[in-house]
Amino acid sequence: MTKLLIIIVSTVFVNNFVLHRFLGICPFLGVSRRVQTAAGMSGAVLFVMTMASMVTWLIYHFILVRYDLVYLQTVSFILVIASLVQLVELALQKLSPGLYKALGIYLPLITTNCAVLGVSVLNIQKDYSFLHTSIFGFGAALGFGLAMLVFSGLRERIDLCNTPVSFRGTAIGLVTAGLLSLAFMGFTGLVKL
Amino acid sequence: MLTAILSLAALALLASFGLAIAARVFAVHVDPKVEEIEEALPGANCGACGLPGCSELAKRIAEGKAEIDACPVGGESVARAIASIMDLSYAGTGGRSVALVMCGGNDQVAAKRFYYNGIYDCTSAALLFGGDKACSYGCLGLRTCAGVCPFGAIDMLPSGLALVNPDVCTGCTKCVSACPKGIIKMVPADRLVHILCSSHDKGGKVRKTCKVGCIGCQRCVKEAPEGAISMDENLAVIDYRLEIPPDVAESCPMNTIVVQGGDVGETVTKVAAGGEE
Repeated sequence: MTKLLIIIVSTVFVNNFVLHRFLGICPFLGVSRRVQTAAGMSGAVLFVMTMASMVTWLIYHFILVRYDLVYLQTVSFILVIASLVQLVELALQKLSPGLYKALGIYLPLITTNCAVLGVSVLNIQKDYSFLHTSIFGFGAALGFGLAMLVFSGLRERIDLCNTPVSFRGTAIGLVTAGLLSLAFMGFTGLVKL
Repeated sequence: MLTAILSLAALALLASFGLAIAARVFAVHVDPKVEEIEEALPGANCGACGLPGCSELAKRIAEGKAEIDACPVGGESVARAIASIMDLSYAGTGGRSVALVMCGGNDQVAAKRFYYNGIYDCTSAALLFGGDKACSYGCLGLRTCAGVCPFGAIDMLPSGLALVNPDVCTGCTKCVSACPKGIIKMVPADRLVHILCSSHDKGGKVRKTCKVGCIGCQRCVKEAPEGAISMDENLAVIDYRLEIPPDVAESCPMNTIVVQGGDVGETVTKVAAGGEE
């Protein structure tokens, strides 16, 4: 139980995927203009990441290891992630057309979101059990969501500020992201994993 | 090797089956009319209707939020096709409009003030003292309009004028807004008599700068039916709602008025290329 809690705290705060490992920067900068779309993106990533880490763990241990095909790890993981993203896209189009439109190109781009593949590969590297894997994926997605929400909230406020012309838009966004990352670095050493 | 192929294939198959089922469960009902209308539209995605693309317009038309003849490019034939898809009747608009470059002053007949050797673009040239033509209303001939035309309807003549091919022109009006001189106008495609000049300069100045410019002598105004040609600051302007007999062109001392024969493009080409001189 303690181990599970440590994994959650570690992935959300200490080893935050976006702000500490610098994975998944593309949607982090791309869909963080509005809190609402950022939340939608986080929801989609939450589903994809959790499912992907569980399914890839199963595939790795029951197919790849058993038949000595570990070298197919990357290919098969990407296959799984791509299918899951497609599933999310289909479901979103039906259940929430507004969000589907707002996310736009970034929804299929979850496929190439390195954070998702990163979680799956890290699970294998760290030799987690199935339960730990799913918690790790879930926590990583929570961390991603936290970073997205904090960042989009900041950007919404920055939009209202009188920013120097040359800094407007992405420039001040990148500066903010750097400062946010710096703040999260303060958690380093809080837990050891 | 074989196990690798088989296991990957099995994985892919499993995933595709899962997706197929999901596609059934989450199937979104799209109005079949939208697809049919999109098929009927030209598909150039030129934005002339004011919407981002043809699919957006198709959606609007299917929802009844846009008129069936909202596509200015497709014209009557497309409007009729859409009308039959939507089960509506279409009366027709009575002719389409095409763009016409209102200038006949090519390099042989129009004087130049200086030698322009800058960026090959009318907008750039117009920024430099209004371009190299002595007449400030003349076609600069640096193919800005031909560049924006999504249908390739504008040719650049070797004599230095832009020529719209009325058979290819769809009336999207992109060139009209692109021309820095504002001398491209929309005219009804079935009208044959045109005054190829946009100069509001006084007669004396026009004579010095261009051999085919309108000098404002008003002879055509008297020849033409009442109200068909009127004067607008030293320039004769045709009211295209009225029909003008072709022989009015002969009254023009400057050969500014052209009559398009059977082949519309041919006559304009001849005049624009300086064949009359």
